[in-house]
Amino acid sequence: MTVRVYAGRDNMKKRLSLVALAMGFSGSALADFKDISISGSAGVENRYYIQDAAYTGQPRSQASVFLEPEMYTEWNDRVDSILFKPFVRLDQQDSNRTHVDLRELMWLHAADNWETRVGVSKVFWGQTESVHLVDIINQTDAVENIDGEDKLGQPMINLNVFGDYGTISGFILPYFRERTFPGEEGRLRPPLPIEEDNALYESDDEQNHVDFALRWQRSLGDWEIGLSYFDGTTREPELLAETAGEDITAIRPYYAQIQQYGVDLLKVQGSWLLKFESIYRTGQSEDFFAAVGGFERTFVGVFDTSYDLGFLMEYQYDEREDNFFAVAQNDIMAGLRWVWNDIDGTEVLTGYIQDLDNTDTYSAFVEASSRMTDNWRWKVDAYFFSSDQTDDTFYYFRRDDHVQVALEYYF
Amino acid sequence: MTQLRKLSFAALAVTAMLSVPVIADEASEKEGLRIAQARKEVNRGWDNTVASITMTLRNAQGQEATREMRVKTLEVPTDGDKALTIFDSPRDISGTAFLSFSHVNEADEQWIYLPGPKMVRRISTSNKSGPFLGSEYAFEDMTSFEVPKYTYDYIGDEKFEGDDVYVIEQVPVDEFSGYSKQRLWIDKTHYRPRKVLFFDRKGDELKELEFRDYRLFKDEFWRPMKSFMYNLQTNKSTKLVTHDLQFGTELEESDFDSKSLRRAR
Repeated sequence: MTVRVYAGRDNMKKRLSLVALAMGFSGSALADFKDISISGSAGVENRYYIQDAAYTGQPRSQASVFLEPEMYTEWNDRVDSILFKPFVRLDQQDSNRTHVDLRELMWLHAADNWETRVGVSKVFWGQTESVHLVDIINQTDAVENIDGEDKLGQPMINLNVFGDYGTISGFILPYFRERTFPGEEGRLRPPLPIEEDNALYESDDEQNHVDFALRWQRSLGDWEIGLSYFDGTTREPELLAETAGEDITAIRPYYAQIQQYGVDLLKVQGSWLLKFESIYRTGQSEDFFAAVGGFERTFVGVFDTSYDLGFLMEYQYDEREDNFFAVAQNDIMAGLRWVWNDIDGTEVLTGYIQDLDNTDTYSAFVEASSRMTDNWRWKVDAYFFSSDQTDDTFYYFRRDDHVQVALEYYF
Repeated sequence: MTQLRKLSFAALAVTAMLSVPVIADEASEKEGLRIAQARKEVNRGWDNTVASITMTLRNAQGQEATREMRVKTLEVPTDGDKALTIFDSPRDISGTAFLSFSHVNEADEQWIYLPGPKMVRRISTSNKSGPFLGSEYAFEDMTSFEVPKYTYDYIGDEKFEGDDVYVIEQVPVDEFSGYSKQRLWIDKTHYRPRKVLFFDRKGDELKELEFRDYRLFKDEFWRPMKSFMYNLQTNKSTKLVTHDLQFGTELEESDFDSKSLRRAR
């Protein structure tokens, strides 16, 4: 990865050390450079599975540690900046979950009416809570957490232009990141682990296929409006089974070339937030439409306390009948966001998702966190899955209900 | 002895006058509006400011926590002000930024940027009575003072820390406000609010806000370097201390949008 450094007013030595930092050299060059701010987080986590494993080789509990430092520097009167954020997790059980990623190595050049972001970075699109249909730039780091919110760093050349018409963003994505999956010693997987390193591609360029994306976003009174287009390698693979006679010997991800059109909307309606996202995707084994829409209604200072209570409800629809990752086919999510507004910043988010086609297919989650000191925060997350349908994704996870407790240190 | 008795009688008379529901008449409403307009008028033309602020939260048990933040504010002459607040501590929320547009005649607009998921979120402004970052300040206490946001009534004159002050009451127009009314002590020489007493929607005393350590900037604009909000019902309090305040920086309209939220750090 080469990082071109903008020739600003600063001296050569400064720029050289910056390049050295960007390329991963430290030591004397780092000591020379006084303006680098270092922050980040680190933590320990323990996952405990409530039931015995469904498949042999799977553990009952899983401990891990992570480190995510962040180095930032700016020059040229803040017009230019570089953010460097590596990530590493060491997992006691699952070798696939022990992994390193470059979350960010991004040079931002910020002019008044436009900006470029070049390097490895993260971009989020969308409005809804329960599914992120429109969000497509970054690959999901699926070994991190079942909620799919963790993302791998994506190499990109991004231009954003700002005007009265809103923001127009163009992306060239020169390298594809493969989705991570739990390994043999991990839970939350089908009977055989998905072979993350043994993927198949539609394009002969495989991971080197150059993808493109375009987005328009603007705030218009009570509305937030986004339209997007993506052309390239799908972030969400289909799963192919290799067979020997009757037996499945391997499960491999297959990444097709797709085109995806997306729309995301939010409207403020008094104390209500109305949210909607929809996509149409072509290029995989079936062309399909998917949508999610709902509301969040917040009550402040409930029961004469300083608590905020938010009620969420979203309906999820996906035309695909038979896709491992399309779990939101005809489902409804009901959730509760409980914000304490205390010194410790205590928050609880809980949700229940019911499949409307099969009453015995449902899932639920609780995500709670609070500060212990200015630097330490605890998190408790719990996830529950149930299904009697042998072809449902949650059937594979039916014994993988788990609680994870994490202590995180921010510096 | 006689002297003392006279004084306490005077104090009693003032208290009695304030606690008896005042029948607002046209003249007192007009005077209340005049004072509010004068308060706004002496504070026009400041253009923009950048402030570094430490917020100290204290709960009823005496547990304290501090938050560091920077606040950029832009005066919008024909409407409410725009403000961008960036949090530097505690570390787990560092980089979180909050953008608000106050409006004179319509609902305010608010967005928050969460640096972890790199997400800009629109916030419903009907939550204006909710606490700002776990403090005793509500979101609505952090937005700019605009005359049309309230109706006014002049209550009387008093002395506040040796200075002559007007006492006025203002009733929020917005149905989403967490207050039934606010009573303000505004000094006569500079039209600076010195103290505010907030009444909850039931009409009970809720919070008391005091502004201290006023300093004059650009020979024209008074700003309190300290403000102290005390919740009379929960005994929790929040102190805001301004360390650094710059006027007339290069800020402009385009520094207050979703792009600046994403770039803030």
